[in-house]
Amino acid sequence: MRRYIHDSLVVFRRSMVISLQNPVWVLVSLMQPILYLALFGPLLQAVAKTPGFPPGDAWQVFVPGLLVQLGIFGAAFVGFGIIAEWRSGVIDRMMVTPASRTALITGRVLRDVVIICLQGIILIAAAFLFGLRIPLAAIFGALIVVALLGAAFAYLSYAAGLALKSEDALAPLLNSIALPILLLSGILLPMTLAPRWLRILSDLDPFKYIVDAERAIFRSEYWSQTTEIGVAIAIVIVLLSAWLGNLVFRQQTK
Amino acid sequence: MAVAPETMIEAHGLKRVYRTRGKAIEAVKGIDLTVKAGEIVGFLGPNGAGKTTTLKMLCTLLEPTGGTAKVAGLDLRADPVGVRRRIGYVSQSGSTSELARVGNEITWHAELYGIAPKAARERAEELLSALDLEDVWDRKCAALSGGQRRRLDIVMGLIHRPQLVFLDEPSTGLDPQSRANLWTHIRKLRDDFGTTVFLTTHYMDEADSLSDRILIIDHGTIVREGTPKELKKRVSGDAITLTLRDTGDAEAAAAITGALVGASEPNVEGNVVRIQVQDGAAALAKLLKDMNSIGVEAIGVEVAQPTLDDVFLALTGRTLRD
Repeated sequence: MRRYIHDSLVVFRRSMVISLQNPVWVLVSLMQPILYLALFGPLLQAVAKTPGFPPGDAWQVFVPGLLVQLGIFGAAFVGFGIIAEWRSGVIDRMMVTPASRTALITGRVLRDVVIICLQGIILIAAAFLFGLRIPLAAIFGALIVVALLGAAFAYLSYAAGLALKSEDALAPLLNSIALPILLLSGILLPMTLAPRWLRILSDLDPFKYIVDAERAIFRSEYWSQTTEIGVAIAIVIVLLSAWLGNLVFRQQTK
Repeated sequence: MAVAPETMIEAHGLKRVYRTRGKAIEAVKGIDLTVKAGEIVGFLGPNGAGKTTTLKMLCTLLEPTGGTAKVAGLDLRADPVGVRRRIGYVSQSGSTSELARVGNEITWHAELYGIAPKAARERAEELLSALDLEDVWDRKCAALSGGQRRRLDIVMGLIHRPQLVFLDEPSTGLDPQSRANLWTHIRKLRDDFGTTVFLTTHYMDEADSLSDRILIIDHGTIVREGTPKELKKRVSGDAITLTLRDTGDAEAAAAITGALVGASEPNVEGNVVRIQVQDGAAALAKLLKDMNSIGVEAIGVEVAQPTLDDVFLALTGRTLRD
């Protein structure tokens, strides 16, 4: 276990330092959440007055959705990075060390989670400038959910990347999974506005419950059933993805 | 460090079957091989012969579907992690990220072996200077030339002082000068560090100039093994070409070549006689003496040693370039 933590942290530090040494990448990662707020947020002010809009002001509904989107899309494309690393021989090189297989993927996921949390904090801070007001506990709770989502999608994306080993195959796969999840989960506009058939379809999307939980947390309903269901689903998804990610890593030498 | 075993690699019936779309493809069909400590062994074969598959199995990167192997004294299947601690592997696709700095990449790699950063730096400096890579510590890997990058890969593969290092196609993609330079460094690994080297290559000159012993693989099986010298001797022998004053002398010279042990039928073309013998230098001395005693004098003499290309052609009926 000590070995596993040590190895994970080495892999984490490596991917983190390499990411931070790339200034363009840092700038884009920081700008993204602010662009969403500035260019999409104002539209929502008007929509918030529509009947059927859920409780809370526009920012309280919109920012949780953006956070969930950050968790999903901030991590969904990390698989491209692992294909590049595999191609440059880095993955094989690490697999020949005595390092734990699980650490090789977990260290990378850890980097993605830390970055996503930082982006989340920037997003919330920027939202405060636009008029969002929520207590510190809500911010903390919301970030935990985002971190869980980020971890899940990072594991899945690495698994898919390493299994496919082709950017051309990975891109359509990720898009075909992420887009329906995004649209059906009510991230951008709440599903309470949807017609009945769309709402039923949306009920089948597990990520809808996570978005609902994130919104509940923003209303300071930390121990409500909505929050509990959403967080439980997020944890289950993380565990499944971690299992799948590790399986794919181990399959590399089969 | 564990005491180096006398036999570094011992494989019996090592086999790898790939399954694609229900069809089984035997990439490696049961290989037996032995590598002794301190040897440089070349694993030679055309692309697709099963070289890399065999190498990956011995490096714990690919599980064999059959057979057994002991690598660096440990059982490949029972203790893959132990094997990993004792071996180094330099892949043909490289080992470093373009975006990372050289020093960082080496230190992180060493940490995965449990080597502290400070000790890693000391070892790295020693290896980097042995491989003529000074002043690269703070540079990005992308800033190195192809030859430097390949030598950096070797430094990475040796950072934990392995007893055995696997080099997969070490000089592929390098210019002739960098190749010759790399060969010098590979010889040094054994001479200065006592590392056993197992390398794959599809270049005859590389196998010839580097290896103490060569294993020739084709279609997933080892078709021949021996020292470069033995292999060349066994297969085609040396070619002796005598040029004489006239056809009469040529006929006379051809007649006495029959006295040479193991000589082929002489081939006479005008005033030129060609024969093949096992040991060209020794045979030539005797031949010239015999010719002298019957009063025939050669005006031109040539002994050509066969190349490994000839060996490969004789063994497989194909040239390596196919």
